[in-house]
Amino acid sequence: MEILIQQLFNGLTIGSVYSLVALGLTLVYGILHIPNFAHGALYMMGGYITLTMMTKYGFHYWIAIIVSILVVGLLGVLMERFVFHPLRDAPPIHDKIAAIGILLFLEAFAQFVWGAEYQSMPTPYGQVVEIFGLTFTMQRLLIVIAAIVVMILLTLFLKKTFTGSTIIAMSQNREGANLVGINTKKVAMLTFMISGGLAAIAASLSAPINLVFPGMGHLVILKAFVIIILGGMGSVPGAILGGYILGFSESLGATYISNDYKDIIAFVLLVIILSVKPTGLFSKGGH
Amino acid sequence: MIFLETRKLTKNFGGLVAVNNVDFAIEQGKINAIIGPNGAGKSTFFNLISGFHPPSSGQVIFKGQDVTKLPANKIAQLGVARTFQTTNLFEQSTVIDNIIVGHRLRTKSNLFDAIFRTKRLRSEEALCREKAMEVIEFVDLQKVAHRPVAGLTQEEKKRTAFALALATNPEIVFLDEPAAGVNPDETEGLAALMRKMADKGVTVCLIEHKMQMIMKLADKIMVLNYGEKIAEGKPEEIQNNEAVIKAYLGGSAIA
Amino acid sequence: MSKIQRIVILGLILFAIVFPLISNNDYFIHVMTLSFIWMIGVYGLNLLAGYTGYLSLAHAGFFAIGAYSLGLLTVKAEMNFWPALLLSLIITGVLGFFAGLISLRTKEHFFAIYTLCVGYIIYLVIDKWDSLTEGVRGLIGIPAPANIGPLSFETLQSHYYLVLFFLLLVVLIMYRIVHSLSGRTYIAIRNSEDLAQTIGISTMKNKLTVFVISTVIAGLSGALYASFVRFIGPDIGSIAIVFDFLTYLLVGGLGTLSGPIVGTLLIVVLSQRLQFLQDYRMLVFGPVLTLLIIFYPRGIVGTAAAWGQKRRSSVHKTRLNNLPEEQVKEG
Repeated sequence: MEILIQQLFNGLTIGSVYSLVALGLTLVYGILHIPNFAHGALYMMGGYITLTMMTKYGFHYWIAIIVSILVVGLLGVLMERFVFHPLRDAPPIHDKIAAIGILLFLEAFAQFVWGAEYQSMPTPYGQVVEIFGLTFTMQRLLIVIAAIVVMILLTLFLKKTFTGSTIIAMSQNREGANLVGINTKKVAMLTFMISGGLAAIAASLSAPINLVFPGMGHLVILKAFVIIILGGMGSVPGAILGGYILGFSESLGATYISNDYKDIIAFVLLVIILSVKPTGLFSKGGH
Repeated sequence: MIFLETRKLTKNFGGLVAVNNVDFAIEQGKINAIIGPNGAGKSTFFNLISGFHPPSSGQVIFKGQDVTKLPANKIAQLGVARTFQTTNLFEQSTVIDNIIVGHRLRTKSNLFDAIFRTKRLRSEEALCREKAMEVIEFVDLQKVAHRPVAGLTQEEKKRTAFALALATNPEIVFLDEPAAGVNPDETEGLAALMRKMADKGVTVCLIEHKMQMIMKLADKIMVLNYGEKIAEGKPEEIQNNEAVIKAYLGGSAIA
Repeated sequence: MSKIQRIVILGLILFAIVFPLISNNDYFIHVMTLSFIWMIGVYGLNLLAGYTGYLSLAHAGFFAIGAYSLGLLTVKAEMNFWPALLLSLIITGVLGFFAGLISLRTKEHFFAIYTLCVGYIIYLVIDKWDSLTEGVRGLIGIPAPANIGPLSFETLQSHYYLVLFFLLLVVLIMYRIVHSLSGRTYIAIRNSEDLAQTIGISTMKNKLTVFVISTVIAGLSGALYASFVRFIGPDIGSIAIVFDFLTYLLVGGLGTLSGPIVGTLLIVVLSQRLQFLQDYRMLVFGPVLTLLIIFYPRGIVGTAAAWGQKRRSSVHKTRLNNLPEEQVKEG
């Protein structure tokens, strides 16, 4: 029983990180219909920038995260402006290849600047707390809480503010949004900014319990893709729910099936989903 | 025997009824037209007949055979061809290269033939090329046959799309807004071409918005409004039909 | 094929044949053989992505399946190289068939993501299935191709010629496929699947055929790699390999016949020049890939061909302009 609860909590932690990454991915997909393969590289950059801010410039953890959000968000905006915007009318194969190019560059860049070795991120929240007889590290609790706060803020932003509602409007109907006078260029840039920011938060939160290295985004991004296919490409609640579902299945799978193969769970899940429904779960059918 | 007919053809998209209980018979060798205001379900009707969407209910009968559940490529093999509103051609390639593949469905050569350059492949390639030249001549595009499609006028592109449909040896062609985006003079030319197709025995069925052209060209017209058939008949009958006039004046047609 | 093209191709083949004789530098011959192996794999990817428009990111996986099948059959089952090679191709093809059967029901983004995941599953299975694949330790001692009568493939030179032979064979097959009715069918599918169906093409059947051939060719490339390098690890199935293939293909020209050769050769040579960059070569190639797809999506070969076509058609146009009775319409 104790193991089960411990694992469920682990699932909640991993799921929070997945949800944040998937949210960024799904927002971009909703607006521009681009599967941003470079999103994992943004996540990785987020980890490195927070780490550098802390170790090299002695910033506090939270300040470092804010810097990271800004830098990675800006990186997202630059990607949109210089790569995806020029390719908006190109055949669908092109933006995917362009994204892969960015991914390769950013990874090589990280390796060039920070080296290939695994680095650990210090955290001011290393202590262990005991709740109901179970022990948790503060950092893990922090991940769960921070992720939930971010998700609530994002939902409020999308639902309650004018700018946020333009994002929703545009993801539902691009031409329509253009017609009613929404500046689609600005919205696209804003979406990339948020998407990058979310990736930076996710990486900075999870880095202290994982590690920072150039390839740290690989698995996360692949899983985020699985999540947004699971939750419906472009759907915000779907990304959150899908993230937690995958987090729980992985932590339980690792305990009760095989720790070696836990990473495969997501992909098997995807293969099953797409085999049954080639356009993804919750897709709007018909033409 | 009726050539092609639909029986109570219906299509729902979610809760929306795009085509509702449409009975329509197409006569062989004639020019049939489907008209109706925007969003009347004309294109969906085409998509149902050509096998792109499965109908929610009802049947499509072609020469006595129920083709309702056949996929698009099988329907094409039976002799039903169609064009799209957007021509969808391979722009970087030449007219003839676009059309040659149109006769592919009448050939049998496979990858084995391709890799070993068999006699069958060579004779079938010659056959496809001949067919392409024949239909290019038919639609009068000889002058641009070897030019990339990208450099053609809208009208020439439409003709190329016709030629591609004709290369499949169809008995009936469905043309989705063949004269859209084409100037009046060229529209005349395309109308003449459709007449030529019908005279040659290829039944024509088209969706069109250009009323003048339709009234002169069509032998039989069906009017759709909100997915339902509201009138059917000869052009002069349609012109004087009250339900049709109402529908086009913007009022609700269903009295 | 024009006369000039024939001469150029013959010249290139001749050069490839005499290359080991004039070079005498084992290192160069080694690099050349490796790039031939990559080219074969890139041709596999090109048939699918370039001619049918389906970007598969699973091809490193099929490369690895080919390599591991050959490695395991020769090392663990102690089979003779040639039947093992044949069997590896069949294994790759059968797995490719099933992967294609499911993945080809998806389109565009879903297809790319799906195949990315399929590739990752293959990689993970190779990495974790210790008892069969030796996992991260890798598979050691893969033999060189067995002798065929008096022909032996123990030396570097002979191996070079063997790989060259397979490359030429693959190019010939590609040429014939592309320039046949089947090839036209695939291009029609790439252009518009809806239109292809209305002219009676069974898109699923054709796409599946292409998918299987393309995986078998990737498998061939992997099998040749295994027997040439003699050692394989799970890394050969990693996404990085597919990205390499993609870079070669894109630089050369997606959907062109000579693109895989031009792209691979250029990048391999450049990589040799950029040795000081080593692991950081993607600092250069990453942006190259992105810039290329924005500004020259058709690669070197495609851009050159379009340029030639433009020149020809402008010549054609001026000729028409000189005829007074001809009206030349501007498109």
